[in-house]
This record gives sequence, C-alpha cells and structure tokens, in this order.
Amino acid sequence: MGQDKALVQIAFYAALIAALGLLPAVAIPFVSGVPITAQTLGVMLAGVMLGPLRGGLAVLLVLFLTALGLPLLAGGRGGLGVFMGPSAGFLIGWFFGAITTGYIMQLMKNQSVLVSAAIASIVGGIGVVYALGIPGLSVMAGLPLDKAALGSAVYLPGDLVKAAIAAVVAQTVARGMPSALHSRS
Amino acid sequence: MVSLYISGPSWAHRLPAAVKLVFLCLITLLLFPLDQWWQQAIGLAAVLGFYGSLGKKGLKALKVLKNLLWMLSFIFLIHLAFTSWEDGIVISLRLVTLVLLANFLSITTKMDDLMDAIEPLFRPLSVFGVTSKKIALAVALVIRFVPMLMAVFMSLQEAYRARTGKGSSMRLLAPFVIHALKLADEVAEALTARGGADGYENTASR
Repeated sequence: MGQDKALVQIAFYAALIAALGLLPAVAIPFVSGVPITAQTLGVMLAGVMLGPLRGGLAVLLVLFLTALGLPLLAGGRGGLGVFMGPSAGFLIGWFFGAITTGYIMQLMKNQSVLVSAAIASIVGGIGVVYALGIPGLSVMAGLPLDKAALGSAVYLPGDLVKAAIAAVVAQTVARGMPSALHSRS
Repeated sequence: MVSLYISGPSWAHRLPAAVKLVFLCLITLLLFPLDQWWQQAIGLAAVLGFYGSLGKKGLKALKVLKNLLWMLSFIFLIHLAFTSWEDGIVISLRLVTLVLLANFLSITTKMDDLMDAIEPLFRPLSVFGVTSKKIALAVALVIRFVPMLMAVFMSLQEAYRARTGKGSSMRLLAPFVIHALKLADEVAEALTARGGADGYENTASR
C-alpha cells in the first residue's frame, strides 16, 4: 500500500503542477506587467506537502512528460523545445527547488505550518529556482549574469505572492486533512 | 490532452526516435558555439526547411514561436542596450533554431516511441525499485489526473460563482487541493485493491 500511495501522490502532484499552469482562472493578476501563472505555486506545494523525495519526483515527472511532448507547461508549452529555450534553467531549478522546499519543511518540523511553508517556499521555490534559472538564462541567451538577473527580477513580486499563497493553502489543507502533509510524517 | 505530435508519414516520421535524439544532441552541440550571424542563419534556414518538408501541417507547427516572442524581444533589447546588436541577432537566431529543432523531434515522434527509445536509460534505476513499468503507470496516471483536476476546479468555481457572483478566487485553491487529494487517496486504494503497482506489472504483460 505504501508504495502505491507514494506513486499515486507523485503522479497527483505532477498533475497539479500541470493543471495550475493550464487553469486560466487562477492566473495571478499581472504584477509589473509580466504575465505569470500559478505553475510554480504547484512546485512549491509539491515540496511543502510531499517532502523532498516525493516532491522532487513529482516535478521530475512533469519535466519528463513535457520532454515527451505533452503541452503541460503554462501557455500550453511542451516538447523538447522548451529545454532549449531561455527558461530551461528555471525548469531544472524547479526540481532542486522542490527538493529544497521539502527538506526545509522537514527541518522546521516544530514550527507552525504557515511559517515553515512560507520560508520553505521562498528559499526553495524562489531562491533555488532563481539560482539555477539565472545562469541558465545567461547561457541560453548569451547575457552577462547581472543582466540575466535583472531580467528575471520582474518575476520576483509574483513569485513572492505565490509563496504566500502556498503557505496559506498548506496551512488550510493541514487543518482540513492533516494526513495530507506528508513532509512531516 | 493533445500531445504536440503531428500525424504523418514523412521522412522524419520514419527515422527511429533514438536516431533523432542523437542527431538533436549533435546538431545542438555543433550550432551552439557558432558566433557568426550567417552561420546561424543557415542553421535556421535548414530547420525551416525541415518544417516545410512536412507540408502545411509542418508550417502550422511553427506557431510554437509565438510563446517565445516575448522572451526573445526582451533578450534582444537587453543585448541592444548592454552588449551589441550583432550579438543580439546571433543569439536570437540561435535560440529560434534550437527551439524549433528540438520541437521538430517532438512533432514527428510518437510519445510511445520516444519512451521506448529512452527506456534503456531507466534500467539502472530499477536498483532503487523504480521499474520502467512503474514509470509508465505514473505517466498514465498524470495524463488521467490533469483533466480530472480541471473538472474538480471548474465545479468549485461554478459553485463559487453561484454564491458570490464573482468569477474566481484564490480562496478556491485550498478546498480544491483537499477535494483532489481525497480523489487521489481513492485512486491509491483502488490501485492496491487491484494488486498494486507491482500487480499491474504482472497483469499487463507485454
């Protein structure tokens, strides 16, 4: 049972990440004029809810399916082309970001869900994702690192909003369905 | 959910997926360091020729560039401001070429064929209990879950609209996740009842 459940959970959060990118209804209002989607919210939630191993695998599954040709990324993007595009580094960052997020959740076991999920989402879902995404943008777009960082900064306000939402959602879910918070069990 | 694949027959469809993957890696490695605009232009012309060789459907598939447009103009502007416009042109051409080339593999290769081609790479993972059958099951589950999750969200949204008159709200996210997690638990139970992920392996013998 344990293994089946893990498999289903990984697939489930992978689907959640995809669905959050496809739902136009949850698109977060434009911040600083850059269109953003809730997709990275799914990445944060996967780490927060599932912990490092399963959370990381859920992200990996999304990337794998995308590479196989399914249009799972926001705006219906998919296929191998996205891994050749300017944001390839961010996609790889999702994987390590989810792992870090899950790891921090485990480290902060004794803190409140809201606080630890917020910190974990910011460090993992933003810090780690940008730490890989910016050098990736720099290589793919031939830009100096500081200019690539400047270009990525426009997404920062939106990502902070998403970290806050991830924390609130995690807390609400933990209250309504405590068994769903696997990163702590 | 529709994959990017375009049905075909064409020369590109006939090539084995593994051959296409190797070619994609080689051409990418070859093209990446070239820094003259005409070299990149030749590359782009060749890739556009690939798309053209698929006929009308192939040319239609060029619409993937629409997604790249925003990023591309942004990158070009930064180059214009901080490096040189020559750099901007070379790098924009290179990005378009590489994205189109990789996408060309996606539109001419069936998902199953691609999966079969990379399956040997997963074999070492079976040491950790990750068998290729389990990966296939996870893939199938995601493909089934995505429309299911969309349906759950739509029904919550409809109820919210009926109550408040407003379209949608971030408040729906938490109940959405709880609803969906309950469904996932049911799927896990159903899977166990049918012999689990390993039972699937035995019954769905090839």
